[in-house]
Amino acid sequence: MQKLKLVMVGNGMAGVRTLEEVLKLAPDLYEITVFGAEPYANYNRIMLSPVLAGEQTIQDIMLNDVGWYAEHGIRLHLNKKIVKIDRQVRVVVAEDGTEAGYDRLILATGSTPFILPLPGNDLAGVIGFRDIHDVDAMVAASRQHKHAVVIGGGLLGLEAANGLKLRGMDVTVVHIAEYLLERQLDQTAARLLQKSLEDKGLKFLLQKQTEQIIGRDGRVSALRFKDGSEIPADLVVMAVGIRPNSALAESAGIHCNRGVVVNDTMQTYDPRIYAVGECVNHRGIAYGLVAPLFEMAKVCANHLAEMGIGRYVGSVTSTKLKVTGIDLFSAGNFSGGGNTEDIVLSDPMGGVYKKLVIQDNKLVGACLYGDTVDGAWYFQLLREGRDVADIRDHLMFGQSHVGDAGHQGQNKAAAMSDDMEVCGCNGVCKGDIVKAIKLNGLFTLDDVKKHTKAASSCGSCTGLVEQILASTLGGDYSPAPAAKSMCGCTDHTHEEVRAVIREQKLLSIPDVMRFMEWRTPNGCASCRPALNYYLIATWPREAQDDPQSRFINERAHANIQKDGTYSVVPRMWGGLTNAADLRRIADVADKYAVPMIRVTGGQRIDLFGIRKEDLPGVWADLDMPSGHAYGKALRTVKTCIGSEFCRFGTQNSTQMGIALEKAFYKMWAPHKVKLAVSGCPRNCAEAAIKDVGVIGVDSGWEIYVGGNGGIKTEVAEFLVKVKTAQEVLEYSGAFLQLYREEARYLDRTVHWLQRVGLDYVKKKVLEDEAGRKALYARLLFAVQGENDPWKERAVAGEARREFEVLTV
Amino acid sequence: MENWLKVCSLEEIPRLGTRQMKHGEKNIALFRTGDDQVFALLDRCPHKGGPLSQGIVCGRHVTCPLHNWNIALEDGKALAPDVGETSPYPVKIESGSVFIRL
Repeated sequence: MQKLKLVMVGNGMAGVRTLEEVLKLAPDLYEITVFGAEPYANYNRIMLSPVLAGEQTIQDIMLNDVGWYAEHGIRLHLNKKIVKIDRQVRVVVAEDGTEAGYDRLILATGSTPFILPLPGNDLAGVIGFRDIHDVDAMVAASRQHKHAVVIGGGLLGLEAANGLKLRGMDVTVVHIAEYLLERQLDQTAARLLQKSLEDKGLKFLLQKQTEQIIGRDGRVSALRFKDGSEIPADLVVMAVGIRPNSALAESAGIHCNRGVVVNDTMQTYDPRIYAVGECVNHRGIAYGLVAPLFEMAKVCANHLAEMGIGRYVGSVTSTKLKVTGIDLFSAGNFSGGGNTEDIVLSDPMGGVYKKLVIQDNKLVGACLYGDTVDGAWYFQLLREGRDVADIRDHLMFGQSHVGDAGHQGQNKAAAMSDDMEVCGCNGVCKGDIVKAIKLNGLFTLDDVKKHTKAASSCGSCTGLVEQILASTLGGDYSPAPAAKSMCGCTDHTHEEVRAVIREQKLLSIPDVMRFMEWRTPNGCASCRPALNYYLIATWPREAQDDPQSRFINERAHANIQKDGTYSVVPRMWGGLTNAADLRRIADVADKYAVPMIRVTGGQRIDLFGIRKEDLPGVWADLDMPSGHAYGKALRTVKTCIGSEFCRFGTQNSTQMGIALEKAFYKMWAPHKVKLAVSGCPRNCAEAAIKDVGVIGVDSGWEIYVGGNGGIKTEVAEFLVKVKTAQEVLEYSGAFLQLYREEARYLDRTVHWLQRVGLDYVKKKVLEDEAGRKALYARLLFAVQGENDPWKERAVAGEARREFEVLTV
Repeated sequence: MENWLKVCSLEEIPRLGTRQMKHGEKNIALFRTGDDQVFALLDRCPHKGGPLSQGIVCGRHVTCPLHNWNIALEDGKALAPDVGETSPYPVKIESGSVFIRL
């Protein structure tokens, strides 16, 4: 079959990203031709400011060089501006007469700087700030001339001014509004910004309107204002906004209105013609930041690849200034007003200002100056529209979600040097990440994870990596979308998938994939285990467990170690053991020559270095229940000695622990689950850092939930106080069942709790008695339908095959 | 002249699953895809030597259990952005039996 012809007009970031996405989805569908008006291949336009500032070179910011186009069989025409689209015969024509026919056309013509209609605006030395050519002109001017004037105190203007100052020029910024960045900052923050820029040597003329650009010998020499004053100027940079380039589309009769008008599938009024990027007007908005453009590219490519799903519904954007040493961040409605409330922290001497705008208990805007560490977190809250009532009192102090372990206690990426370790799991330094971002043109957390492995193991450095992305990319970085799809195999979120499994009563992984139109034939190592869990958790005793969709530890019912051997942890109810069990463990250790035996933090005994083929024999000889130390399941119930022996004990914590463990043993969950029971508030069982922690007091039991002692220590929150052991079982069980039914796979209880809020859990578990009893009953129904996996495999049968090695 | 060795029946490898195989000192991983093709690789991930036979099979690759590298079943090469490879072995299925050439 002959390939369809895809032509792209414009060779910038949005367009080329669209092609990359198309090539990923349908590599052989199109014969592709690209026309670019600039003489360069695709470069990272948002990095022009660092180039101007001399912090990077043009080579550093190339995203796709000419070789990339050749490698993918794309015909690339550089330096050729398309001047005509003939929609009847479907041909585009370049200035020099080059023609190309198309079946599908992408318009990615970008935007141009708006040049004020002033007398003298055509003089030499009057330029915009848009492309490599402009940067060259500014660098050249800085070598020969002294006085630079930047008209426009917006983001781009300030970045240009900063760059020119660093190039040694005397720079004045002329701005028509009362304060700088009036679309990104409120007045207080803007004054702080102005002060620190003045400290860097920049000068500002605010509320000034230019009347005329004065020239001498054809080159600009001065600027005259409406109030009659004048300043010298050898270079004038206009940074007063951009205009979408829609002239070409307009001339072809395509509907335009301040940009090429597109629908949610990025199609123009001519369905064969798509448009993406800054030239576009989508639902009345023209975007000038890269994150939305990439979202558009994804949607456009999806339709070009004839997959027909995916809609672009607009973006919420945030702002960051790429001036080294200045931290500012804003998003949403940061000005407030109307029926909004402000929370403000102001420390002008310390150079810190933060303002959060709240409406109906939701964060609707944020404006940060000086300390922007929590920008990404606020932005996430804002886009998720999360109810912040329960965290309102410490909202201002940030998430401090950046882990405490593994990166030298750092929580500010900007303060770290290049050789400091960010990811303690994979040994990735800050410099490695910055380099990967620049070299490979990475824009998202997922990209960075894939390329550097940072934040891809325990995840505690995710916040730091996001900060590094944000500071390297400036405002063009946007954190992972609020509604995240499960993985690359689907656009559906975890919640959507769970709902469909429930509503449609789907019972197998292939059924889910068919019903929800999975993109891959059988998923990946990240969605398959999630689907398997969702199925067995939603339809216990009905959905078939699929061992091939479980991570090896759950398939082999033991923990794989780095040398391919396994470790075995037998269950000891409540951490109690006895002479007979210990004797059998010792015999097993002798018989199988176990090289290491260790007591775990969960009060169990761990036998290391066992060969996989020996596992069934080890289990048979141990004759103890599975400890599930390998599973996303109930691991252990840790106990203190309690009232039976302890002189302080108020309750029988060991018995309570044993009862809990026996009741919930064999419970699969979204992640591992650890419990503890202490017999008095001295809390020797460390119940405050467990998923469910029970603390005995003289008059009953206190139940705490959502604690975590791992990557990031989280103290459990008080849920309820009850009187009897039976109530402890019922309330903890109902809480765990709610978590099992609603959390995303790989959420610990704390992560899920942070998302839904403790109030929600209280409503379901405390206030709704019938609901609580039903939750508890569903949990018991599920666990009582499970068999002990070790007992099943200790005897010969189908399940043994996993452990048998074929020999040839 | 070409030595095809019989390994097992197709049914003995679970669909989308794996089996470990030993030939002398050599550890080999067998994989069965969703469409019942069988592949064999040296059972060593090019990254840190993880046992690929303990991984999860998806499409035409296996995900290593140790650090989630993806290895192509056909040629043993790591999928981008990772770089490295392990040895592939030819496999054929004849009347329900799996044969390997080493």
